Amino acid sequence: MYYEPKLSFMQSLKGAKKVLKAVDGVSFDVYKGEVLGLVGESGSGKTTVGRSILRLVQPTGGHVYYGGKDVLSANRDEMTEMRRKLQIIFQDPYDSINPRFRIRDVVAEGLRINKLYKDEEDLEAKVKEALKDVKLTPPEQFMDRFPHELSGGQRQRVAIARALALGPDFIVADEPVSMLDVSIRAEVLNVMLDLKDQFGLSFLFITHDLALAKHVCDRIAVMYLGRLVELADSETLISKPLHPYTQALIEAIPVPDPTAPKLKVEIKGEIPNATDVPPGCSFNPRCPYATDRCRTEEPKLREVEPGHWVACHYAEEIWAKRSGKGVGRGNALHPVGLGHRCKRFSGLLGLVGRAAYSSGLFSAVHRFCRYYGCTFLLEIAF
Amino acid sequence: MALLELSDVRMYYRTSAGYVKAVDGVSFSVAKERTVGIAGESGSGKTSIASTILKLLPSNAEIISGSITLEGKDLITASEEEMRKIRWKEISLIPQASMNSLNPVFRIGDQIAEAIMAHEEVGKAEAMDRARELLGMVGIPPERASSYPHEFSGGMKQRVAIAMALALHPPLVIADEPTTALDVVVQAEILELLRDIKQKFSTSILMITHDLSIISELADEVLVMYAGKIVEKADVFSLYKRPMHPYTQGLLGAFPDIRAPRKRLVSIPGSPPDLAALPPGCSFNPRCPYATDRCRTEEPKLREVEPGHWVACHYAEEIASGSARGGDRS
Repeated sequence: MYYEPKLSFMQSLKGAKKVLKAVDGVSFDVYKGEVLGLVGESGSGKTTVGRSILRLVQPTGGHVYYGGKDVLSANRDEMTEMRRKLQIIFQDPYDSINPRFRIRDVVAEGLRINKLYKDEEDLEAKVKEALKDVKLTPPEQFMDRFPHELSGGQRQRVAIARALALGPDFIVADEPVSMLDVSIRAEVLNVMLDLKDQFGLSFLFITHDLALAKHVCDRIAVMYLGRLVELADSETLISKPLHPYTQALIEAIPVPDPTAPKLKVEIKGEIPNATDVPPGCSFNPRCPYATDRCRTEEPKLREVEPGHWVACHYAEEIWAKRSGKGVGRGNALHPVGLGHRCKRFSGLLGLVGRAAYSSGLFSAVHRFCRYYGCTFLLEIAF
Repeated sequence: MALLELSDVRMYYRTSAGYVKAVDGVSFSVAKERTVGIAGESGSGKTSIASTILKLLPSNAEIISGSITLEGKDLITASEEEMRKIRWKEISLIPQASMNSLNPVFRIGDQIAEAIMAHEEVGKAEAMDRARELLGMVGIPPERASSYPHEFSGGMKQRVAIAMALALHPPLVIADEPTTALDVVVQAEILELLRDIKQKFSTSILMITHDLSIISELADEVLVMYAGKIVEKADVFSLYKRPMHPYTQGLLGAFPDIRAPRKRLVSIPGSPPDLAALPPGCSFNPRCPYATDRCRTEEPKLREVEPGHWVACHYAEEIASGSARGGDRS
């Protein structure tokens, strides 16, 4: 099944003539049976994308195609059908479930509204089935309880059961575990992934946690200030990030290892307000590689290698420069060719460095450089 | 002598459901110029420790027993007047969600100056000068001292909270979840800042967080808390290399490592404990893969299993040597 959400210009007016471009020209596909991660920091527009796809907000423009029809312009009857198939799990398991409903009613509500049951007995059976699917077993133990009697992780699984009961094809999961304790997150995520395999579901997994996205998602899309800046399968995105923002995000992620090098932030400043998106590439004020072209011309999202899309004018050059350095921490360093210049040592030492580099004594050179405090001895100048 | 020393501290909340044992026999010390991290999830008691040390407790809280000494001076028996002098000057706090702890109707500079003037005999002008200097130290342009909190982003407000905590150069700073609610890049900047401050000011830091990845960035020693007790205590390298308590192992396993190849995530079965209704014996036993009858009846004491490495588990040695954790932490 092929879905094509295409959104452009989500505008809301703030005061006189100010436009907040929450989502500005985002296009992507979600394939059947895949978990597509949508990663970004606050203000990136990722939650707005999730809600727009389901028409929980009405976007200013664009289309979301499901089963050949545009969700955003469907009529009431078509919408009712689509709402069954396109579901959502919210971030806050304490807020998104009616505290006055018993669990059985929380899960049954959607079924009741859509009249997807034959009689009360059938309804009860369907609710039990849904609770079993999310491993809340035995279901009888949970059905008559109230939400406040369940833990956060259990409540989130009820939210999944509620979505699942309607037999959806596609679920938007908006930060489904960020409010849960770390030790129980996997429990909820593994339920989601098992259901994906069992029912052939697709997920749009919205999160700010790139490390989590790597392990949960098949492909990851990175958003910055309302635009998509990079899209690739998870392993590739993490090991070969081509957009400077993605690179910075990865380098900012702390790892639970005291022997790993300490965090170093290479981009400065904070995310600007979405009412004041910089001209050209929205990332240019913070980008260490920005040129005049970046400040005037908005880069289009283009396929730099099969399945790997980047919105950056200099993606290839930046990668060539960086892969001489190695990307992220602990990754294998890729050998590069001749013609590299050391920025710190010139003369004989620089020459020796280059020779070592070209001859493949890469790790020795790398150790030497770290000892001397250069992050990397050899950098490509361009 | 250690800077701060806690000895068998117990602090419970009185509720209609009975006593909630938030801090239940905690002992540790913070030496000068060291950073101690307290790791734990909800219900572990870690934030309660901060409130207990500073005696910022609600009316239904009771310090049942134990002692807390700051350079030899007992804090539990100290009067409120004495505590007022100690707060900010000897021990300061960067509270959780600091962005919400700034007064919205006062300018940033005035708020910092207020703290300075409350504790030292200086005039407004000098206090403002120092406030501006502090802002510069945390990476905020000094001119912004005349701005209001709402004109700052979350990351900048956090920096202001750090500046305020340092205003009187206290030897100990308690940082309670200093980076939660911040974006990942801003989080990295704040951690960098805290590292700089450690060096420049030679402060001791007591860092409280649930995030084991950021503890490893800053801490020299780590305490892992569960259900109001310390379950493991070690220097940071030993803890991450050889976690011995099943809870620590489970917690470390639950953090997805971005460098590792894609794999199925692990969690600890069950849920965080209900502090008003703890199970008998070891509080972790319902969720522990190694629990035996002894665990269900006898509470394990925190003991030194290896030099400098303390664990509260009956089977720490057996688990560390023989069990197949399937982990690849070494």
